[in-house]
Amino acid sequence: MTVKFSMTVNGKPVEGETEDRTLLVQYLREDMRLTGTHVGCDTSQCGCCTVHIDGKPIKSCTVLCAQVDGCEVTTIEGLAQDGELHPMQDAFRENHALQCGFCTPGMVMSAIGIVDRHEGEKLDEKTVRRELEGNFCRCTGYHNIVKAILAASETMNQSA
Amino acid sequence: MYEFNYQKAASIDEAKSFHGAAEEPKYMSGGMTLLPTLKQRLARPSNVIDLAAVPNMSGVEVTPDEVTILARTPHAVVNSSPDLQRTIPALAKLAGGIGDPMVRNRGTIGGSLANSDPAADYPGSVVGLGATVHTDRREIAADDFFLDLFETALEEGEIITKVTYPVPDRAGYMKFPNPASRYCIVGVMVSQKGSDVRVGVTGAGACAFRVPEMEAALASNFAPESVAEIKISSDGLNEDIHASAEYRAHLVTIMAKRAVAEAIA
Repeated sequence: MTVKFSMTVNGKPVEGETEDRTLLVQYLREDMRLTGTHVGCDTSQCGCCTVHIDGKPIKSCTVLCAQVDGCEVTTIEGLAQDGELHPMQDAFRENHALQCGFCTPGMVMSAIGIVDRHEGEKLDEKTVRRELEGNFCRCTGYHNIVKAILAASETMNQSA
Repeated sequence: MYEFNYQKAASIDEAKSFHGAAEEPKYMSGGMTLLPTLKQRLARPSNVIDLAAVPNMSGVEVTPDEVTILARTPHAVVNSSPDLQRTIPALAKLAGGIGDPMVRNRGTIGGSLANSDPAADYPGSVVGLGATVHTDRREIAADDFFLDLFETALEEGEIITKVTYPVPDRAGYMKFPNPASRYCIVGVMVSQKGSDVRVGVTGAGACAFRVPEMEAALASNFAPESVAEIKISSDGLNEDIHASAEYRAHLVTIMAKRAVAEAIA
């Protein structure tokens, strides 16, 4: 069986038809070729597949494409605007917040969610570490990731 | 995943009619348990009926006596509700300890209760706070809802619409989470409302249960030391690679003690 759907991906309207059982991450990667969203564990634990649905981070390996009908999806490819990195991407670069880079897209999408949830607040390290519990970095490079998120939250709060 | 037919219901009635017409249907709320189960091919429903488009199924309503959580309310919304943080902070805290932020944005209270995973958090709150589970056809008291491993009083095709919690004088929730999954190895919700004391345990047994001996001790003195020496039997408790039945029995006492301490803090 197939299902028809329409959604917005990174600001662009998308209409499609796919199998009922197609996962959002499959559609993004295999049909739309948006391969920045990674699949690490495929069991909703590692967070590499994190994208935003209607502004909220979710794990796209545990959502059906059909469920996202009518929603706005943002992937890592949709963050940079007019060639300018998103402040979170910029902070990851500045703070060398990656080693192999596999977890990075999910980390960045998740990190923006942390800053959004604490809009206007000064984030502390404890909060960031706790709320990163759904993202694994197997290089164990958490130190600089946390540093980057704290730095980005300052920039993002200033520009908000 | 095996193949299935995906159906999005626009109302409770439509969901029930889809359910009635299908060979082996399964309702889906947030999908945070169902989808991983399907991916592992542990279930093979003919139809997955999505309840996400049913209107007026999400939100937290608070009155001085009662908290109502609509069935499709995500854990993140329960966790961050200022009204709930004021009336039953232990319940708001419980919701904030489920899974991780992304899971909390999708997973719902109705889905969690209908599934009755022995290691889920919400069942402990229903039993420990004496909640009522409302469905499309009736109201089910906390003590009648959980029957066994992944088994509830819900009938074929029955849909949870909301959960109502009486506001306690005080309550506390403490869990010993599995460090990897955040599921409860043992979780305990204690509450006091007038002379009524409840101790609801999740994670330890096949489904959530009460501990009458602890409740009696707390009714005469609502303090951590009242439960500190009360041991529960390990007979029939869960046993897996994470914890033996004896360890779980031990943790029930420890978590109950800490939950009471939190309630009176």
